[in-house]
Amino acid sequence: MSMAEQNIGVKAAREPLLSVRGVKTYYGNIIALKGVDIDVNEGEIVTLIGANGAGKSTLMMTIFGNPRAREGTIRFAGQDITKMPTHEIARLSIAQSPEGRRIFARMTVFENLQMGASINGMAHFNEDLERVCTLFPRLKERLQQRGGTLSGGEQQMLAIARALMSRPKLLLLDEPSLGLAPLIVKQIFDIIKELNKKDGMTVFLVEQNAYHALRLAHRGYVMVTGNITMSGTGKELLENPQVRAAYLEGGHH
Amino acid sequence: MDIFLQQLINGLTLGSIYGLIAIGYTMVFGIIGMVNFAHGDVFMLSAFIALIFFLILTTWLGISSIVLALLIVLVLSMILTSLWGWAIERIAYRPLRGSFRLAPLISAIGVSIFLSNFVQVAQGARNKPTAPMVRDVIVLYQSEAGYTVALSYKQIIIMLTTAVLLTIFWYLVQKTSLGRAQRACEQDRKMASLLGIDVDKTISLTFVIGAALASVAGTMYLLYYGVVSFADGFVPGVKAFTAAVLGGIGSLPGAVLGGLIIGLIETFWSAYFSIEYKDVAAFSILAIVLIFMPSGILGRPEVEKV
Ligand SMILES: Nc1ncnc2c1ncn2[C@@H]1O[C@H](COP(=O)(O)OP(=O)(O)O)[C@@H](O)[C@H]1O
Ligand SMILES: [Mg+2]
Repeated sequence: MSMAEQNIGVKAAREPLLSVRGVKTYYGNIIALKGVDIDVNEGEIVTLIGANGAGKSTLMMTIFGNPRAREGTIRFAGQDITKMPTHEIARLSIAQSPEGRRIFARMTVFENLQMGASINGMAHFNEDLERVCTLFPRLKERLQQRGGTLSGGEQQMLAIARALMSRPKLLLLDEPSLGLAPLIVKQIFDIIKELNKKDGMTVFLVEQNAYHALRLAHRGYVMVTGNITMSGTGKELLENPQVRAAYLEGGHH
Repeated sequence: MDIFLQQLINGLTLGSIYGLIAIGYTMVFGIIGMVNFAHGDVFMLSAFIALIFFLILTTWLGISSIVLALLIVLVLSMILTSLWGWAIERIAYRPLRGSFRLAPLISAIGVSIFLSNFVQVAQGARNKPTAPMVRDVIVLYQSEAGYTVALSYKQIIIMLTTAVLLTIFWYLVQKTSLGRAQRACEQDRKMASLLGIDVDKTISLTFVIGAALASVAGTMYLLYYGVVSFADGFVPGVKAFTAAVLGGIGSLPGAVLGGLIIGLIETFWSAYFSIEYKDVAAFSILAIVLIFMPSGILGRPEVEKV
């Protein structure tokens, strides 16, 4: 890194940890993100809600450069990462628990966690293993079990635990509550809250489960077919009649 | 019984060589879902590399210990063949990644033709023999009818080398972070990259490992038969590929098992039936096994990679 870039890094202390500006992403000729602006400040939990197919997962993956933004810029910790290779973006300490969990099915839970720790060369592996086992006691009992044999909820826990193993500065969670029993959802949301409060971890959370997400988050964005249509504090959005009508119908789960 | 025992020894020796080549097919298929048709020719090329190093070491440098010479040849040939494997992937396959499915396959056929022609032009079309190496045998058993069952030093060297290298390789894949990254890319390349794994580098590594093991096979082949020709990539290559499919393509133990089975079928068929039809026998068994076990003996039923 050159001196100039380092200086930008210092100046960027006030800049959001993650900033997405005017990002357009296409699948072939079909546009999926139509110019998205989002900021995530250090220490925040920010949520992105929106209906199925709105483009939330596309944004999560675009941050990692796969698919790549065709227009716009993405900056992380003062650095332009728009054109950086995916694995190098990950090495800047952004971790993602992606849509569909993507557990390595033919590896053990332990090996999955080792994979999560690979960017910092296993430096704090034992300590971090201990930590995620405390957060998710269910995983501790299953360390030698193959990932593919876990239940949905356990796989979700593993996906989050794997993301935590790299001690990320920014944690991206794509629908961690999808398909899980309410009790487990609550557990997972409590853990997110704790990680944010105790460790100051910055979290960007994508959810369809808008009620819980907005209650947990400091700020939120609403996405509709590739556009950000609303933003505000979690509380504001929860009270917004349009949000209530569109995303909170049917009560509080 | 004595014939059986002798053929068992011969079959396992040949099978070890097929197994070593088959690993390269299976690993590459596992990680990028492509049949590397050039792999058999990489094996052939490595046998030539071994041959040349052998001549240099024994006739020019005057190394008289065959074991020492073999060891040096093995190491040098592994290094050089790995470089070839790396370069082939870099030049002929990587630029085509992400284009239509058949493109890398066609490119692989091109590389295969290139390699065999290159060797033909550089080394001539005739068989290249080496001076006979390691001629001692251990007579295990002599029957009254005068039939002897013998285990040659060559066969011991081949089986031992294979066993040692497979153990090292197994350790590498199962226990090291490089091997873990390799397996991760095999299962989900996109996720691996999200975890900071350089997928291109890992694919390169897979080609390097496959070529290194093929070069061990090449050196052993040369040791066993004492002769190699530019056309020797094809048949052993097809058989090793058959072994990989038989064992379950994508499965490493499957590749070794498949190699041993093909080696055994081939030698037993030659001994008991007719030598002309040994290849037909091996391929027929493959067809039969695949009818009943479409994903091979140790393979997992797998959805197609995209
Ligand atoms: N790999 C893909 N190829 C083509 N279109 C895609 C792909 N992934 C998503 N899409 C399309 O992009 C749009 C946004 O999808 P997605 O980001 O998955 O939405 P969300 O996560 O909000 O449910 C959808 O119309 C979807 O069909
Ligand atoms: Mg989604």
